[in-house]
Amino acid sequence: MLPDAYRKIAADGIWHNNIVFGQNLALCPLLAVTGTATNGLGMGLATLVVITASNGLISLVRHLIPSEIRIPIFVLLIAALVTLVDILMNAWAHELYKVLGLFIALIVTNCALLGRAEAFASKQPVKEALWDGFMMGMGFLLVLVALGAAREISSTGTLFANASLLLGESFQFLEVTVIPNYKGFLLMALPPGGFIMVAFLIVGKRLIDQGLAGQKTAQVMVTPPELAG
Amino acid sequence: MIADNETLKAKAASIWDWLKRWLEPTHLAALRPQLTFQTGVLAGFALLASVLLGMTNCSTEGAIQQRLAEDLQHSLAEVVPPEWHDNDMLQDTRIIPSAAYNIAADATTVYIAKKAGQVTAVCFKLTAPDGYSGAINMIMGIDRNGNLLGVRVLSHKETPGLGDKIEVAKSDWILNFVGRSLENLTPAQWAVKKDGGVFDQFAGATITPRKSVQAIYRGLQLFKAHQAALLQD
Repeated sequence: MLPDAYRKIAADGIWHNNIVFGQNLALCPLLAVTGTATNGLGMGLATLVVITASNGLISLVRHLIPSEIRIPIFVLLIAALVTLVDILMNAWAHELYKVLGLFIALIVTNCALLGRAEAFASKQPVKEALWDGFMMGMGFLLVLVALGAAREISSTGTLFANASLLLGESFQFLEVTVIPNYKGFLLMALPPGGFIMVAFLIVGKRLIDQGLAGQKTAQVMVTPPELAG
Repeated sequence: MIADNETLKAKAASIWDWLKRWLEPTHLAALRPQLTFQTGVLAGFALLASVLLGMTNCSTEGAIQQRLAEDLQHSLAEVVPPEWHDNDMLQDTRIIPSAAYNIAADATTVYIAKKAGQVTAVCFKLTAPDGYSGAINMIMGIDRNGNLLGVRVLSHKETPGLGDKIEVAKSDWILNFVGRSLENLTPAQWAVKKDGGVFDQFAGATITPRKSVQAIYRGLQLFKAHQAALLQD
């Protein structure tokens, strides 16, 4: 199993300090692309790669960066990295670029990258920083897919429509019609639907957290009699 | 020579040693508060990033151009069947003025399809500048008599799930244009059904198909205005 420190980073990234639920960051790309689960997945994958790379890069040069000018340097590195990924994908993975290209450029607007650089990568060794980037990216990916799925089902009644365009023909099985003959609910496909749905998801996360905390205190109270018995 | 080589090696080793010492976290920590170091670091990163991006751009420019040409070729093949021509349509182009046709371009490049030296069809890109949420970029193929061979949407920003049915991947609506021309439909019929025409609108999205139909109609008019010139071999 993973050492405790790594497990804590993973739990923070996926749940406790999740980019969207914990830090309330990255709402711009989140609301912009989650009209469908497939788009969410595409944006999530692209962000996952770039945030891992940017965390690693910034951790690698962290001793060189004076704290007074760290922000411009982070911005410079992240923007350069995103542009590099954009150019290279356009040249060497053009088919994928045609689907993901839109999302790559949007990653620059993702303040979560800067947030992780500032809060984690600039203070931690490379290995931890890479792991943190990967897990934060995974957490973001899961939220994007969940929000995309919720909005897609409520707006058009389908799930993962056109996933085969993104992932290849072998993933056609993902495309399902959840509610047949659904009349459609336009609001959910538009930005306000994104805000409404993300609010529901955040409430859901808080309720689960509360439930878990409640369980813990209940357990503590229940344990002594059990031991006595 | 041997002595030279050895001094060179020694020099390299000393530089390497110095670099290692310089990069020690404690040494860097002492440097970081200095203004000159900060300026240097920022300039260094900026230089590094620009050089890296410049080199990447230069080395991939050709590949990207190639990919874009392939994309264009694919789009052309969608609207002009390959058996209709034996020339390289990317090389056989004409430029016609199109400012009066409201297709977001003052000059339009027309790709000419020729078979055995005779013009069989033409193909050009056009834009509906007034889609529901921005421009709708399309490509259309027209045979020499003015009948549509096909229309495809290349890119658009219409509402996902509603307006995006203009894409052939999502709906076969755009295939309804095949065989249509200015002759076999009256100007009034060149509209969506809601406006008294023959083309379907989508449930929840009328503007997208309406503006697409109107742009395609203007594209046909553009062709008609230049038909004689374009068909000359």
